[in-house]
Amino acid sequence: MLDQILTLLPQVIFDGFVLGFVYAMVALGYTMVYGVLELINFAHSEIFMIGAVVGVEVFRYLAPSVGNGLLLLLLALVLGGVIAGLTAILVERFAYRPLRKRGTTNRLVPLITAIGVSFILQDLVRLIEGLWHNEFYLRMRTVEGLESSFSLFGDKVFIQTKTLILIGVSILMLVGLSYLVNRTKLGVAIRAVAQDLQTASLMGIDPDRIISRTFLIGGSLGGVAGVLFALQYTTVNPYVGFLPGIKAFTAAVLGGIGNIPGAMLGGLVLGQLENFFGTYLPILTNGNFGTEYKDVVAFLILILILLFRPQGLLGQIVREKV
Amino acid sequence: MRKVGLLVAGAAALGMALGQANVIKIATQSPLSGPQAALGEQIKLGAELAVEEAKPRFKALGFDLVLVPYDDQANPDVGVANANRIINDPDILGVVGHLNSGVAIPSSEVYARVGLVMVSPANTNPRVTDRRLPNVNRICGRDDVQGPVGAEYAFNNLKVRNVFVIHDKTAYGQGLAEEFRKRFEALGGKAVAFVGTEEQSNFVPIINQIRGARPVPQLIYFGGIYSQVGPFLKQLRERGVRIRLMGGDGLDSSEFVRLAGKDNAAGTFYTTVAGPVSAFPKAKAVAQKFKQKYGKDIEGFGIYAYDSANVILTALENAIKAAGGKKPTREQVAQEVRKVKMEGLTGPIEFDDKGDNKKAKYFVMQVASTGNWADNRLIRVIEMAAPGAK
Repeated sequence: MLDQILTLLPQVIFDGFVLGFVYAMVALGYTMVYGVLELINFAHSEIFMIGAVVGVEVFRYLAPSVGNGLLLLLLALVLGGVIAGLTAILVERFAYRPLRKRGTTNRLVPLITAIGVSFILQDLVRLIEGLWHNEFYLRMRTVEGLESSFSLFGDKVFIQTKTLILIGVSILMLVGLSYLVNRTKLGVAIRAVAQDLQTASLMGIDPDRIISRTFLIGGSLGGVAGVLFALQYTTVNPYVGFLPGIKAFTAAVLGGIGNIPGAMLGGLVLGQLENFFGTYLPILTNGNFGTEYKDVVAFLILILILLFRPQGLLGQIVREKV
Repeated sequence: MRKVGLLVAGAAALGMALGQANVIKIATQSPLSGPQAALGEQIKLGAELAVEEAKPRFKALGFDLVLVPYDDQANPDVGVANANRIINDPDILGVVGHLNSGVAIPSSEVYARVGLVMVSPANTNPRVTDRRLPNVNRICGRDDVQGPVGAEYAFNNLKVRNVFVIHDKTAYGQGLAEEFRKRFEALGGKAVAFVGTEEQSNFVPIINQIRGARPVPQLIYFGGIYSQVGPFLKQLRERGVRIRLMGGDGLDSSEFVRLAGKDNAAGTFYTTVAGPVSAFPKAKAVAQKFKQKYGKDIEGFGIYAYDSANVILTALENAIKAAGGKKPTREQVAQEVRKVKMEGLTGPIEFDDKGDNKKAKYFVMQVASTGNWADNRLIRVIEMAAPGAK
């Protein structure tokens, strides 16, 4: 048994990172919006799903004319990010901003709105895809150059090119976002609005514009994550955002909601836990508990962590929000 | 004034309860939207074609025949809600459906309250007929035969000794996988693992388990639906695992090839209770008509739905004759269905005391490398009676 565990271990850790980076990218969208508005934007799952669907459609329509796999992926990432980001802006403009303008103080109202928006987006995509291709399950087209693979440590770790790209792009995005928030004027403005919306507007910052930008950034990160998710796991459908979305939200809370490095760390921890127990539970329990219990165990551990650190892993170390 | 209104409403309600004297409706229930719509639509269209063909015959008997399709969305709650609407329409004298055993079981209990007959083209879970409801029948086979048929083929013909068993945790998938494992182990084989998963996209943990499993499995058996098995297979092959795959009738859809990819799907074995058009020489003419009318190919469940509808229609005709040309009651139709002895497209149809087809057919199939579902190779046809039937 131990032998079996050790042979698989390098692969399991690697796959855990892959899943973790997907969660981390989605968690950033949750955490940024929460940081600015203290709103849990449940529609973010659907922004992620829209990115995935756009990715599939780009591959479907442009693969014949764009020969280069990398170029095609770049196009998909850009389009997926832009369309998801724009959708996020529209959601903010037409669902959340009117509530804010009416001075709703009840925190539950925007939350319920977010859940409603989520349903609308799911069924809207389902309707569009149903009319367009009469398909529910959308399959990512396989493209030369992204699927090649190699092994490390004498066959112990199996790695695909597209997986490496996923990791590369997500690290790039995480670093880029940190730079944007900490080193640019827009970043300063976002942090100002996050700390105190009213005072920020007295300092010449237009909060509506900054909030809109925040949704754009979070949304496009989610969209890019969606494209990479579709590429990695090959099949998407209009409801595919729900589970990764819920887990990414959990990752954001685990890391300390409103905290950007926390969201990344939370995503990676959750990805590792889930993948570890998904693979090893049947082996550890001699087949009595199957893979299906992976989430139970992973979330039990999360509850334990949150019992001892309710503010999240990085909730206190980094004070500033966003 | 209000009294008159009440009177009108009362009269209308009475009229609805009594129904129309010369209209007979057949309902279908299957998923027409959502993930399994491709299979559900076959059931609706197959039944519709049979009803269209029977219209002149019923006109001659003095009845207008109408098909009313319901969308159960592959969801038990929706199925039961529809069933309640169906039993409240007194003109509906028979139901063709469902696709999913998990939906058929609770819905058929609603039909049973009014004795409304259901003939299923696709529900393979043993419990569908093992409850011995007098109104529930099926013309297809059962999982407790389908699973063992697969196990015997794997053990005796593929010479497999170690198998990795996966299921989707539904009444269908888990039941099938358990029946497979039972027979496979009885034959002397070994189930290296037996895991359930509801996962739809990330199959990496299970694939890693397969890679690490000792003794090395020679076959993977997946009790599940194509929507889950397709992406699983694609990821499995992408990761360089070349172990052969076998499944049940949940794989029996061209969608499986689309989701898994042509090259990955090629060579996959599956057992099914609804054979391909090529297995039924008599279905050729109907298949052409179907293609002409609906612009798509008829698949296995379409043929079985066509036969199911014809079982109900034959019983109806007999019941009308027995009632002296009058509209029969639901109980009379249900009783006549049990007496039906007919030659369908799929072979002889005759029910035992539980409502199972006396000789159901089981098919072992292999997915073709052409990517065309109709090219799949029919390896063998096995005719078997349902277990426990007298």
